Amino acid sequence: MSTTWSFILQLATLILVLGLIYRPLGDYMALVYTSKKDIRVERRFYRLIGVNSGSEQTWPVYLRSVLAFSAIGVGLVYLVQRIQEILPYSLGLPPVEQGLAWNTAISFVTNTNWQSYSPELTMGYTVQLIGLAVQNFVSAAVGIAIAIALIRGLAARKSTTIGNFWVDLTRGIVRILLPLSVVAAIILIIGGVIQNFSGFQHITTITGAAQTIPGGPVASQEAIKMLGTNGGGFFNANSAHPFENPSGWTNLFEIVLMLAIPFSLARTFGRMVKDHRQGYALVSVMGIIWIVSAALLTFLEASGSGTASQLAGGAMEGKETRFGIAGSTLFATSSTLTSTGAVNSMHDSFTSLGGGLAMVNMMLGEVAPGGVGSGLYGILIMAIVAVFVAGLMVGRTPEYLGKKIGAREVKLASIYILITPTLVLVGTALSFAIPAVQASVTGTSMANTGLHGYSEVLYAFTSAANNNGSAFAGLTASTPWFDTALGVAMLLGRFLPIVFVLALAGSFAAQDTIPTTAGTLPTHRPQFIGLLIGTVIIVSALTYLPVLALGPLAEGLK
Amino acid sequence: MSTTLTTPTGTAAAAQRRSASAFGPKQLIASIPAALRKLDPRLMWHNPVMFVVEIGAALTTVLAIAQPLLGTSGGPTASPTSLTFIWSIAIWLWLTVLFANMAEAVAEGRGKAQAKSLRESRTSTMANRLADYDEARDGGAENAALVRMPSADLTLGDHVVVTAGELVPGDGDIVWGIASVDESAITGESAPVVRESGGDRSAVTGGTRVLSDRIVVKITSKPGETFVDRMIKLVEGASRQKTPNEIALNILLASLTIIFVVVVLIINPIASYSHAAQSVPVLVALLVCLIPTTIGALLSAIGIAGMDRLVQHNVLAMSGRAVEAAGDVTTLLLDKTGTITYGNRQAAEFATVSGVSTKVLATAASAASLSDPTPEGKSILDLAVNLGFTIPEQAVDSTPVPFTAQTRMSGVDYADGSQVRKGAGSMVLAWVRESGSLDEKVAQETDRIVTRIAEAGGTPLVVAERDTAGVASVLGVVYLKDVVKAGIAARFADLRRMGIRTVMITGDNPLTAKAIAAEAGVDDFLAEATPEDKMELIKREQKDGNLVAMTGDGTNDAPALAQADVGVAMNTGTSAAKEAGNMVDLDSDPTKLIDIVGIGKQLLITRGSLTTFSIANDVAKYFAIIPAMFVASYPGLAALNFMHLHSPASAILSAVVFNALIIIVLIPLSLRGVTYRAASVSRILGRNLWIYGVGGLIAPFIGIKLIDLVISLIPGF
Repeated sequence: MSTTWSFILQLATLILVLGLIYRPLGDYMALVYTSKKDIRVERRFYRLIGVNSGSEQTWPVYLRSVLAFSAIGVGLVYLVQRIQEILPYSLGLPPVEQGLAWNTAISFVTNTNWQSYSPELTMGYTVQLIGLAVQNFVSAAVGIAIAIALIRGLAARKSTTIGNFWVDLTRGIVRILLPLSVVAAIILIIGGVIQNFSGFQHITTITGAAQTIPGGPVASQEAIKMLGTNGGGFFNANSAHPFENPSGWTNLFEIVLMLAIPFSLARTFGRMVKDHRQGYALVSVMGIIWIVSAALLTFLEASGSGTASQLAGGAMEGKETRFGIAGSTLFATSSTLTSTGAVNSMHDSFTSLGGGLAMVNMMLGEVAPGGVGSGLYGILIMAIVAVFVAGLMVGRTPEYLGKKIGAREVKLASIYILITPTLVLVGTALSFAIPAVQASVTGTSMANTGLHGYSEVLYAFTSAANNNGSAFAGLTASTPWFDTALGVAMLLGRFLPIVFVLALAGSFAAQDTIPTTAGTLPTHRPQFIGLLIGTVIIVSALTYLPVLALGPLAEGLK
Repeated sequence: MSTTLTTPTGTAAAAQRRSASAFGPKQLIASIPAALRKLDPRLMWHNPVMFVVEIGAALTTVLAIAQPLLGTSGGPTASPTSLTFIWSIAIWLWLTVLFANMAEAVAEGRGKAQAKSLRESRTSTMANRLADYDEARDGGAENAALVRMPSADLTLGDHVVVTAGELVPGDGDIVWGIASVDESAITGESAPVVRESGGDRSAVTGGTRVLSDRIVVKITSKPGETFVDRMIKLVEGASRQKTPNEIALNILLASLTIIFVVVVLIINPIASYSHAAQSVPVLVALLVCLIPTTIGALLSAIGIAGMDRLVQHNVLAMSGRAVEAAGDVTTLLLDKTGTITYGNRQAAEFATVSGVSTKVLATAASAASLSDPTPEGKSILDLAVNLGFTIPEQAVDSTPVPFTAQTRMSGVDYADGSQVRKGAGSMVLAWVRESGSLDEKVAQETDRIVTRIAEAGGTPLVVAERDTAGVASVLGVVYLKDVVKAGIAARFADLRRMGIRTVMITGDNPLTAKAIAAEAGVDDFLAEATPEDKMELIKREQKDGNLVAMTGDGTNDAPALAQADVGVAMNTGTSAAKEAGNMVDLDSDPTKLIDIVGIGKQLLITRGSLTTFSIANDVAKYFAIIPAMFVASYPGLAALNFMHLHSPASAILSAVVFNALIIIVLIPLSLRGVTYRAASVSRILGRNLWIYGVGGLIAPFIGIKLIDLVISLIPGF
């Protein structure tokens, strides 16, 4: 089957499945976050942590809860890595080194799941389960909670509160992520993903060579890794590893898992603001960017130049034959557009422009459809900026969903948009500007010299600041510079935007809702969808074009 | 120093204000001195985008001066380094800043011209202050002592006497007397107006001239804060404050500027790794091209021009905020009389009762109206003539019977004893009944016609005659119609498409109001409206999140004017009303409310469209500059140079020149405002996205290419 047909068929399958999930999952999530009832296990948990589930929080309190919770998360994950030796099921692995432990703790708490290490050689089962797997759930739940808080702000009228973080967090885990990942894990096990505690098995192959085969509770990790757009693999090879992703159809299933919640949150949004058309508009924007980007990447990879590529029918270096070009490009597009960062092929080995496109996907700000929660609040911020400029163009003080976009809202949205590019650009520039750092970067970290080596560094900061976590595999990132700098990029890239999103939520909640009239800019029509896509692309294109020109573009246009 | 006006030059000032001063090279050149003064960094600081350009221009100039002294030892760079190139960049960067300042100066210049003519016409005047005025005992101040004093020394609450020929020494309300006043200095309207104490026509403005009679005025403004003073300040832009949307837009522009500063600052660390480091002038050029200079340069000009457009419509806005709010208005409260209808009723039909010919009715109605001076009476004669009937001569021996509130009838009595009457249905029928000759069938028929006319929003006038024998009979009914202004329904339809609800305010009964509302096409109406009802309505609309605009003139309108988001006070109104509103219409034309909304919208649209244009321009500039910067190190990037610009140096300079010239090109547009037609929101957005979004993407490609063709002819590029 040609790559084109294989791509179209797989894409059609994905659209169909995601389309079927969109309404029920979106509506269910809306129900979860608007329901007044607590289930028993939740009530017990609230009593334990002393939270009154009926009380709501103002945005600063909500924010403090998020930050406190995440800070404790970083501390715990750091701790279990450092005391790995004395923990059970450590597989005899030593404590994780300081810099790496800090980097990894941040990486998992920020939903980035950047891995500067080989998991199977660094983390025992206990660290993987009570450290990393727990964060896979809670960091995802935090992301959704922030998005829900912003939606509440948009839906509320003259309210001082935006919900209760502890309730949102608990419900996200108990009612959404846990049940869905149990189902997903079972399906993955059926698909051949392993699930055991058997540690390393030493076997002798037919040819007589000795081999060590790692085992582990992979399926359960894999489910939440995709579902929560985490992306941190159980194995270093991530979803390219046959124990994580054995076949073509598990590959498609994993793509569905990545996209299910981010896309469906648009429905949740539509339901909570009581206008499904608004949800359809956002999901259209997300969907169109996703489809176009996937098609473009497939085209670039399928037409890869060079003798080897032509013989293989495409740029097959770094790709698994069981997924083919289309299975790899669809996975890569979905992973880089969702802040998942899981890989089933090595982006470093993509064609120059293809690798550049993977970077562009992240540079779009992870909004199509973006990470769980973070994608929705990202696209909402973009919508606010688009509405502001377009609203002026129709002669009204701009408003979105009946909320005025005034100086305060523009300020918060603008700062949000400033944060990530600044982290990416400054981080990349510092890697080359400070002589000592440059020596370490070019000497130790870069696997390639010249343009491609630079692209690896740019990719790393793009991935970290956007909380994606995928890597241009060539880079050796476990150096003091990268452990620290990427850690800072991940931390600020996650929590600074959250500060401004919650401030916006508070600001919208406090406003009264202006009635919609014929003079209101409609934000559900194709016109607005086009405008929003344009805004997303132009904002990131203008910011990143020079740095892309010096890397992937210069390389690809040789 | 006094703050009053002489009338003759005042008229000229107002006339000048009305004619929109055209924009041309002359104004541009005239603005250069002011533009140069604005280069002061302390002033530039208020416009962050242009401030960054100024810093860049200064930096490049320093480098251009230093280069021959230091040699090109600034380190190896991949960018053009010729002295001509650096000087060209420096000069064009300065021009960019200068052009921006010129845009603002031109906009301010128009207001200054108006303020100058107002100020020139100020002369000192003497006021006759009443030492101790006792309104109750001596209202006319016949016996009170007068103190002659300069008008500038008058304070709040003083009473002055103004007699025919004198100037009113300050803003105030007439507390006694009636006078005709020439207000042309303020309104530009030469016909005198009547001002009298009590009621809604009691306000007088300082600087206007009393033409007849004698009035006592209570001063209501402090010296230096009179209407004229405020007017001067407003047109000069001295009291200009940034409006909420302008502040928000400025924030967006500032953050775009910040991000591009970061983008440009990080280029060299990365580029030096790739051996493609750039010289400072090139980086400055890139930065200036990327930051939104076009809108940054024109933003304040757009705002000033918006206020100016209002002034040209003879409307004074007390703040820019009010102009912006006008664009946001969702509910318009319009007074029926004068806004929706012509204000007087006109005869539209002669409806006869059975057995009477139209001719008989028309003749009788005309006879009864011959000595009726009201517009309604005249319109009956007009209708009769139009229908081809001859109007009877006024008999010499006839006695006109004027309308009184008691009889509610008018007509004529002839010497032979015959009489004709027209008037309210019940009164005329009672008059016929008096003669004992009323046929009940005719009475019922008359009632039916009267009801029909009333339901249609008209006023029925029943006509009856009494012959020499004293036998009276009903002839029919004249249909007096409240005539809705031509084209007003279409304007309301436009407003509705723009999402603005119109509510008609009238003192009429609900039945009449409903009929007129339907004919005019308003969305809602408030009948038998009292000022309290109006206030109630505004509060209700605002509670639902609507922004309300209204006009008013009376003192009892003042609370509602203050409550409304946009309150336009009529200049003929009381000072209380003018104080309460946030705009004053010098022409006192309530229809203008609709224009004001349009001006407010146009102001926002102009800002939004030029912002879009400015940002869209960046794409082309990138395609000009990025390949030019890096093509020496990475020849492959020449593929991005699909404009085929002559050389890296000419490409970069072309982008900078385009960036500067586009400001000049767009000054007329920012002063005039983007074309605004009432249409649906999607239509307006679609149109502006095409012109300013897509146009903004394409235009610079063409412009930069053309400039490059010229620059390529210069040796050294």
